[in-house]
Amino acid sequence: MPDPIEAQLVEMIAHKKKLDPATITPDSTFEQLGMDSLDAADLLFTIEDAFGILVPDEAAQSMRSVRQVTEGIRRLVAGRAGAT
Amino acid sequence: MRRVAVTGVGAVSALGTGVSAFWDRLVAGRSGVGRITHFDPTGFIAQAAAEVPAFDPAAHFDDAAQGILDRFSQFALVAADEAWRAAGLELSDAEHDRAGVAIGSSMGGVVTQDDRYQTLYGRGITRLHPFSIPRIMNNAATAHVSMRYGLRGPALSLATACAASAHAIGEAAEMIRAGRADVMVAGGAEAPIAPGVIRCWEAMRVLAPMPADDPARTCRPFSHDRLGMVLGEGAGIVVLESWERATARGAEILAELAGYGATADAGHITQPGEYAPARAIALALEQARLAPADIDYVNAHGTATRLNDATETAVIKRAFGAHASRLAISSTKALHGHAMGASAALELIATVLAIRHGIAPPTINYTEPDPECDLDYVPNTARPLRVRAAISNSFAFGGLNAVLAVRAV
Repeated sequence: MPDPIEAQLVEMIAHKKKLDPATITPDSTFEQLGMDSLDAADLLFTIEDAFGILVPDEAAQSMRSVRQVTEGIRRLVAGRAGAT
Repeated sequence: MRRVAVTGVGAVSALGTGVSAFWDRLVAGRSGVGRITHFDPTGFIAQAAAEVPAFDPAAHFDDAAQGILDRFSQFALVAADEAWRAAGLELSDAEHDRAGVAIGSSMGGVVTQDDRYQTLYGRGITRLHPFSIPRIMNNAATAHVSMRYGLRGPALSLATACAASAHAIGEAAEMIRAGRADVMVAGGAEAPIAPGVIRCWEAMRVLAPMPADDPARTCRPFSHDRLGMVLGEGAGIVVLESWERATARGAEILAELAGYGATADAGHITQPGEYAPARAIALALEQARLAPADIDYVNAHGTATRLNDATETAVIKRAFGAHASRLAISSTKALHGHAMGASAALELIATVLAIRHGIAPPTINYTEPDPECDLDYVPNTARPLRVRAAISNSFAFGGLNAVLAVRAV
């Protein structure tokens, strides 16, 4: 059963970069996916909207792969849930 | 000093997309001015603008490109594509190092900026899209054109308001003359039809009110009943090439970009002077080695404000002396609007085409002679005219003047 956050993230990346979702793995890095820094900023903006979170700059700095982004989203979503 | 050839032109304006639509409607005197459609202008003093009709970004750009391109950059790329194709350029890898870009824009990506400020101040949303700056920055059009064609030579973005694209084309020609580049893609792009921009212009009291029964009559350059300018949008791009390169490859040379004069009034932030604009004309003629009597056509700045048109008339008399009354002078702004940073480039293209076709485009909406504007403004109807050489005037707010002189081949 794929992680739902990861599945949604993979779908977003596939859509933005016009990639086959099957080619995107948890270990895929932005670099491997052909994503430059502007693509990454655009993806984070979409993620913030989709998950109702704000990704702080320092957290964004450490998000370089699908796995890292997925884990970052999960932490931020959990933090939001804890705060309310 | 090397000579400079114009080997391609491209236009996006209120008269349509493409040079042939632009020229056909200029000659027919069919204005592109109408009631604003980009937003609801109800309640605005200035409800008319010269908007590019039926411009569908999807016809020119994929989703990703549309995401990163403000409207002014889209116009620049579409006009550049036309000019580039018309020039038929094929550059070797080494030649890409000696080919550059110079594009003027007064306000850059201001449609995007207006939208983001509305989001921020109007709706209180502090998160803005990361592409905001790449869309808004004034040099975006220059950057995208350089990327599109792999032009790695000098690349400049000029922001001298309503003279921006005259300065861009003039400075681009200087680079070729000085041997710093062999090919320059130059011109201007502007897309200022946004509520915040119109409101700021309204406050200057220089925008004409729209006659409800006939929006096309909003802008009336040199006519006694003129009430001000009408803002427009679009892009004009020309390909400039060293004369040697153009002739060696057998390119069709549309005209010679023969002279450029740039001066500053050093006087007032909005009120135009006479001395410095007249001197810009003299400098353009001097570089082109043209005498005043060699000029047959003047494409005027002709904004249709009370002050500009009277002052420009005095400037032309000062620069041309007795020959002033023999010049065919027209302001094409009543047709394509004042497209600010794109205006001078569109007007240079009109000037080049006047030479090519032997026709002076008209100053439309001219109904009443003004004692302060007593020259030949080619009123209302285009006129067959052999044009040996011509100038295009651009006198920007801030007193920053640029004049381009063009000679028939």
